[in-house]
Amino acid sequence: MNSLILSTAARFLIPVILALSLFIFWRGHNEPGGGFIGGLLAATAFALLAKASGTAKARRTLYLRPRAIAAFGLGCALVGGIWGGLATGAFLKGMWPFLTIDAEGHKHGLPFGSIMLFDFGVYLVVLGTVTGILFALEDSLAEDAAGAEDVPLDKEDGRWR
Amino acid sequence: MADHDTTRAAPPVWRFLPAIVAAAATLWLARFLGPVAAGVHPEWSLPWAPSLGIAFAFRLDGLALAMALLICGIGALIFLYAATYFATDRRLGTLLVTLSFFAVSMLGLVCADDAITLFLFWEGTTITSWLLVGFDHERREARAAAVQALLITGAGGLALLAGLLVMSAVAGTTRLSEMNAAGDVFRQSAAYAPMLLLVLLGCFTKSAQVPFHFWLPGAMAAPTPVSAYLHSATMVKAGVYLLARLTPALGGTELWTGLLVPVGAVTMILGSVWAARQTDMKLMLAQTTLMGLSALVMLIGLGTEAAIAAAMTFLLVHAFYKAALFLTVGMIEKGAGSRDYRHVAGLARAMPLTATAAAISGLSMAGFPPLFGFVGKELIYEATLTGAAVTLAALVANLFMVICAGMVAIRPFHGAERRSPKDRPGDPAWGLWLGPLVLSGFSLLFGLAPALAGDWLIAPMVAAVTGEEMHGHLALWHGLTPMLVLSLVTFALGILGYLALDRLRDGLAKAEPGLPRMESWYEGALAGIFTLARSVTAASQNGQMTHYLRATFAACAVLTWGGVVLGRMAWPGFTPGPGLIDWMVVAIILASVAVVLVTRSRLTAICALGGVGSGIAIVFVLYGAIDVAMTQLFVEILVVVFMAIAMVRLPSWGEIPFHPGNALIAVVLGLGVTLGTLAVLGTPLDPYLTTFFEANSVPKAGGHNIVNVILVDFRGFDTLGETSVIVIAGIAAIAALRAGRRRLRGAPRR
Repeated sequence: MNSLILSTAARFLIPVILALSLFIFWRGHNEPGGGFIGGLLAATAFALLAKASGTAKARRTLYLRPRAIAAFGLGCALVGGIWGGLATGAFLKGMWPFLTIDAEGHKHGLPFGSIMLFDFGVYLVVLGTVTGILFALEDSLAEDAAGAEDVPLDKEDGRWR
Repeated sequence: MADHDTTRAAPPVWRFLPAIVAAAATLWLARFLGPVAAGVHPEWSLPWAPSLGIAFAFRLDGLALAMALLICGIGALIFLYAATYFATDRRLGTLLVTLSFFAVSMLGLVCADDAITLFLFWEGTTITSWLLVGFDHERREARAAAVQALLITGAGGLALLAGLLVMSAVAGTTRLSEMNAAGDVFRQSAAYAPMLLLVLLGCFTKSAQVPFHFWLPGAMAAPTPVSAYLHSATMVKAGVYLLARLTPALGGTELWTGLLVPVGAVTMILGSVWAARQTDMKLMLAQTTLMGLSALVMLIGLGTEAAIAAAMTFLLVHAFYKAALFLTVGMIEKGAGSRDYRHVAGLARAMPLTATAAAISGLSMAGFPPLFGFVGKELIYEATLTGAAVTLAALVANLFMVICAGMVAIRPFHGAERRSPKDRPGDPAWGLWLGPLVLSGFSLLFGLAPALAGDWLIAPMVAAVTGEEMHGHLALWHGLTPMLVLSLVTFALGILGYLALDRLRDGLAKAEPGLPRMESWYEGALAGIFTLARSVTAASQNGQMTHYLRATFAACAVLTWGGVVLGRMAWPGFTPGPGLIDWMVVAIILASVAVVLVTRSRLTAICALGGVGSGIAIVFVLYGAIDVAMTQLFVEILVVVFMAIAMVRLPSWGEIPFHPGNALIAVVLGLGVTLGTLAVLGTPLDPYLTTFFEANSVPKAGGHNIVNVILVDFRGFDTLGETSVIVIAGIAAIAALRAGRRRLRGAPRR
């Protein structure tokens, strides 16, 4: 599929969508948002890129293999859980080393901690899984359309770089 | 398997890391020998599920320490052997990682002091041994053997879990040390027989006792270092270990003795006879493992102090010689090209180190003085002198041990040098011969100085099993005793049998088809399960998506209507006239539904369904559930993207046909869901959870967005589980799509 309008628009839209997805992830603990929604939105950005410029381009932009991203996300979530487990004996207990909450519910310090790591893991898992399935589906159908023999599995030779 | 597929040029540097770690662990554990022999038992525990009294508890008594030393010490030698044996094999990393996981599971199993912790590690050994037995997974026999081992030991593991739970319920504790201190509670309990049977089922399957024995010879499909490790010190000893561990709690009754002794004796004799029939030395050793394990089971069943002392001694004896002999068979295979004793002979000159290790360990296996095996055999005879039947069983088994030891350790190395499959046989690299030589060294050392093993290892082990100090010391020479006479008879008959084995073996092979096959119950049960599964699948899975959806929705309809009819129906108070915008949303949803119902085009129907979803998302926005609305919208977008990709390529099957049955199911389910939703709305909501989350979201979790706090903190475990499911589903979907591509390209499937 080659649409000039789509590919031009995508060049501007995709950074914006990705930034928005990170923002939604970031604000998630206090306002609507979070890792799952952020991950879905980021996957949407790559779906747009795949539609506009093809899956090979989208794969290169994603840089890591989708499955690796999903696995890394699962690892982040686990580490987030084990952190609390090691520190307090309760698996998945929230750890906020730089944050204190006073009696009125006001927070002081930096909001980095195990829960954020856990939520980021969810973000990566959703992003990796959705893009992985999407690319695999696109590739298999593109190949189907082009005939069984001609399309290379991975367009990673010099011309495509 | 093709070599070009699995080998690489240079062996990786990290391959010795597991061996070094295991050796360090052995040295660290050895520091506890003194304190444990003096009666101090280090304990360590971490709370796991305090409300159930379950803890991650470990305790190092004499039995645990001796087993842990075997696991780490023999493990270090095996890891070294494996790192050399598979030095240039691409699968080396997989093998070492799996072996390490197995070693850790074993270590946790023998050190655990909590029934549930023990079971966790028990299952760990089951799963890792499945992976190890099926290591050559491209070979069909290896896969079948691995599945057989998994099914049998896994089923036994379930029985064991049930048994341990009954024991915990009766004793009121999951701590094994507390259970062992309260043995009479179990023996007088009404549930004694069931719990004993369940635990024994676990132990017998793991330690390959008749009629569950057949997985063990099959597990020989594993590579040699794996077999040496699984069948000498570890995996199969786990069942014996647990019998010994639970002896103070469950042992000492007529039922205990009446079950363990006959099963042990029968397996012992059958294993010996089966072993004598083999010509493949690895298979022969596997069958003698049956004999060794069942001797241990029988001795633990006898339960006297002499029997326990004999069992603990023989456990060590067996670990040393069996690991060494498996490894030397691997060396013969590597160095001379075959492990069938009819194909190799006279290797002693070409492979002096292999021959030395095999000779020492073989003599220990046969029970010749001055090796450790002699000490063990004397103790076994002493313990079995109580009854004529057990004495006879021990005599027959020991006799065949002499024969098999000769076949594995003597015959390949002596006689006229024969042309072996490999042109120039020779000793393999140092990483291979070090392990067998060190293990043989222990067989010799403990034989010459039995008090060394007796005071530091065996006495604390016996004390852990019987609960009392062991009387007397181990010695090589006991004077002229009935045991010595039995030993001499064994040697004489054994040497005669060794010389006549070729004829004996043919006789056994001829007699075998007449015997009932014990595997038949397993094969029959498996075939029955497959038949049942096939018929259920054939009836329920016809490959049509609409068929599955129909069945799913019909089941949902039955469940929903069940709830509506049986539950209390309460109509919600209806306040008419919400804002204009609400009515507009309702109109959008209704219009979309109408389009879905009326249209005959699939694409239109899907777009209209998207309209319904968007309308619902707006409802979520209006009532403050922004998170849900956002999720709903993004999911709708992605669904459209996926559908658009799929629809472009799907064959066009024309218009949607009208099925009265489908319409009926849709109407019934839709009405049921509507009524159910109304009933839920009409029921006053218990605000307990809402109040809790509102009150605790900020102080406990530091977040103002309650939905997100629930997801990542209060119910984080659920989210973790769901996240794992997403990854698994993704991997499966990608693999399925890839497989389709490979078929399209006409490439052969691997």
